[in-house]
Amino acid sequence: MGLTIILLAMLLLTAAGYYLGTRQAFVVTDGRPAGLHSLPSYHGLYVASWVLIPAALLMAVWLVLEPHVAEMRLVANLPEGFDQRNLDEQQLLIGDIEARALGGIVSGELDPAFQAAGEVYASTLAWSRWLMALAMALLVAGGAFLALRRISPDLRARNAVERTAMIIMIVASTIAILTTIGIILSLLFETGRFFGKVPITEFLFGTQWSPQIALRADQVGSSGAFGAIPLFAGTLLITVIAMFVAVPIGLFSAIYMSEYASKRLRGTAKPMLEILAGVPTVVYGFFAALTVAPFFRDTGESIGLDVSSESALAAGIVMGIMIIPFVSSLSDDVMNAVPQSLRDGAYALGATKAETVRQVILPAALPGIVGSVLLAISRAVGETMIVVMAAGLAANLTANPLEAVTTVTVQIVTLLVGDQEFDSAKTLAAFALGLTLFFVTLCLNVIALNVVRRYREKYD
Amino acid sequence: MSDTQTGTQPAGGPAHGAQPLANELPVKVRSRDVNVYYGDAHAIKHVDLDIHQHEVTALIGPSGCGKSTYLRCINRMNDVIDGCRVEGTIEMDGEDIYDPKLDVVQLRARVGMVFQKPNPFPKSVFDNIAYGPRIHGIGNTKSEMDEIVETSLRRAGLWEEVKDRLSEPGTGLSGGQQQRLCIARAIAVNPEVILMDEPCSALDPIATAKIEELIDELRQNFTIVIVTHSMQQAARVSQRTAFFHLGILVETGETEAIFTNPQDQRTQDYITGRFG
Ligand SMILES: Nc1ncnc2c1ncn2[C@@H]1O[C@H](COP(=O)(O)OP(=O)(O)O)[C@@H](O)[C@H]1O
Ligand SMILES: [Mg+2]
Repeated sequence: MGLTIILLAMLLLTAAGYYLGTRQAFVVTDGRPAGLHSLPSYHGLYVASWVLIPAALLMAVWLVLEPHVAEMRLVANLPEGFDQRNLDEQQLLIGDIEARALGGIVSGELDPAFQAAGEVYASTLAWSRWLMALAMALLVAGGAFLALRRISPDLRARNAVERTAMIIMIVASTIAILTTIGIILSLLFETGRFFGKVPITEFLFGTQWSPQIALRADQVGSSGAFGAIPLFAGTLLITVIAMFVAVPIGLFSAIYMSEYASKRLRGTAKPMLEILAGVPTVVYGFFAALTVAPFFRDTGESIGLDVSSESALAAGIVMGIMIIPFVSSLSDDVMNAVPQSLRDGAYALGATKAETVRQVILPAALPGIVGSVLLAISRAVGETMIVVMAAGLAANLTANPLEAVTTVTVQIVTLLVGDQEFDSAKTLAAFALGLTLFFVTLCLNVIALNVVRRYREKYD
Repeated sequence: MSDTQTGTQPAGGPAHGAQPLANELPVKVRSRDVNVYYGDAHAIKHVDLDIHQHEVTALIGPSGCGKSTYLRCINRMNDVIDGCRVEGTIEMDGEDIYDPKLDVVQLRARVGMVFQKPNPFPKSVFDNIAYGPRIHGIGNTKSEMDEIVETSLRRAGLWEEVKDRLSEPGTGLSGGQQQRLCIARAIAVNPEVILMDEPCSALDPIATAKIEELIDELRQNFTIVIVTHSMQQAARVSQRTAFFHLGILVETGETEAIFTNPQDQRTQDYITGRFG
C-alpha cells in the first residue's frame, strides 16, 4: 500500500473528524452553541487531533522500525555458513539480496538459497504496510469514537487543543535544538579523533599546511603537515580586505540614506542595496575569478607588479562588495532608531547637519554599528563560495594581498571533495577546521547580538 | 471682539492686547503676518505678536493649535521639516531672521531651545554643556570651558547636584535634572532668547516647580517664550500670554489681564476649561 495513499486518507479522515466534532458540539447543545465551554470549532479541532496524532505517531515509529525488522527476518532465513564470512562480505551480500528482492541492480549472480531469503524480505515489507494501515485505521476509529463521546457542553476543548498545539511547538523547537547540539557533538567527536592523530599544538601553532596522507607506506612526500596558521592568516587577510571595502562604503551609504536622502530616495535605494545580499555567492565567486582577478593581474602587470591570478585582493574585494548590505542595512536601521529629539537638540544649538551626524548620531548609534560590523565579519569569515573560486589553494603564509592565499573554508572543501577515507587525518582535519570556524563565528555573533541588544534597550 | 482679529492692524505696535503694560520693555522679537504651511495645510494664520525683552511670554491654547509651530519659527527649526513653508516677517532686534543672508547657525546661537522631552546627548554631563560652545568656537581653553560649564550649570540650578558627576553620562540623571541639563546646555552659548516647548510636561510636580522657579530667575538675563498646556503654569511664570486657537492668535496681553478679564469669548471658554 502506497504511503501517498495512506497520507491522503489521513488528511481526509482528519478533515472528517473536524467536521464531525463541530457537528457533535451543536448536537449536544441542541443547536445552541452558546451553552458550550469552548467554541464549536475547538471541538472540531479536538476530534481532529485525536484522529491525526496517535495514528501519525504510530506511522512514524513503524516506518523507522520496518526496515530493521525486515532485515532481521532476512538474516534469520539465510542458509548455514553465512556468519562464517567476514563482516564486509556479509554487508555486501545482504545489500545485494535486498536490492534483488526489490527489483534493483545487483553486483553478481545470487545463490538460490539467498533468493529465498530475499523473498521473505520482500513479503515482510509488503505485509508490513498493510498491517500498518490496519493499525492506523483502528487508532483513527478508536480516537474519533472516544473523542466524539467525550464532547459535552462542559468539555474544555479549547484548553485541550491549545495544550496540544503548545506541545507540538515544543517538540518542533526541541528538534531544532537537538539537531544543533548533534552537529556540535559530532564536530567535537571527530575533532577529538583528529587530535588523536595530530597534536593540537601542531594544528593551532604549526605554520606548515600540506594535508597529504600516503596511500602506500613507501610513497614520496607521504608525511602530512597540519599546521593551520597559514589558513587562519589567509582567512584573516581576506576578511581584512573585505572589511576595508565594506565598512566605509556600507557606513557612508547608511549615513546618506538615514540622514540625507529623502524618504522616497531611501525607499528605493535601500531595497536596491539589499539586492546585493540576495545575489547567490557563486555568482560573486565567478565574478571574482573571471573578471576581478584577471583585471588586477593585468593592471599589475602593466605597472610592473607581480600579481597572482588568484590574489587575496580580488577575493577580498568581491567579498567586501557582498557584505556591504550587511553593514549598510543594519547601520541604517540603528541610525534611524536614534530619536529625532537628539537631532533637534543639536540643530537647536546651531549644529549643522554634518556636525550633528558626526557628533551626535554616530556616537549614539555606535554600539549598533559595531554590532553590524561584527556580524559582517562573521559572515566574511564563514563565506566559502567566493574564496573557493577566487582565492588559491596554496597555503602561503603571507601578508601580501597580491599573492594567493587560502582560507579555512577553502581547505575544508578541498579536504572533503572526492573519494575519501573517513578516518584518515586528512578528512578529520576538516572537522577540526570546521569546529574552529564555528567557534569563531559563534563568538562574533554572540558579541554582536549583545552589543546590538544593549543598544536597543537604551532607546526603547 | 473686533480687536481680537489678527492681521488688521498696522505694523509697528502690538497687534492687539487687553491693556498695555505700565512701562513696557522693548520688543525683542516682532512677528508680522506670519503664516506657516505644512504642504497644503495652513497651520498658522496671520500671526502678529510682539515678544518683549526680559519677559516670559506664555503661548497657550488647545493641542494642535500651532503653538509649537510658531515657536519653531523663531529659531527657524521649521527649516529642517520637509514641506514646511514660512511666510511673513519675524524680526529680532529689528533684523529679519528669514533674511537669506542670515546664517541659521548664528541665529540659533542667539535663540536657544528646550524641548518637551528632555533630550540630553548620550555624552557626559560636561560634554552636553560644552557641545554648543564648541560648535560656536567659544571657550577654547580648558579653563574657559570649565568656567562656562560651571556657570551654565549654576544658572540652571544644577551645579550642586552634578558637580561630582560631570563625567557621568547625562542620560543617567533623573528626568527633572535632565531637563535642567538641557536648559543649561541652551544657556551655555549665552543666547538672547530661550524657547521652551512644554518643558515640564514630562516631569513630576516637584521637578516642575524647580523649573518654574528657574524660569523666573532666567528672565533677568534672557527673553523667554514658553509653550505650556497648564494654565496655572502660564499664570505663575509669565508676564505676557498669547492664546492660540486653530492656528489663529486669538488674544494676547498681560498675563493677569488675560486670565482675569479676557476680551474674547474663545479665550474665556478656554481658560475656564470649557474646551481644550
Ligand atoms: N511636521 C509636521 N508635518 C505636518 N503637519 C504638522 C507638523 N507639525 C505640526 N503639524 C500640524 O500643524 C498643526 C499645529 O501643530 P503644533 O504646532 O504641533 O500644535 P501644538 O504645539 O499647539 O499642539 C497641527 O494641525 C499639526 O497636525
Ligand atoms: Mg506642541
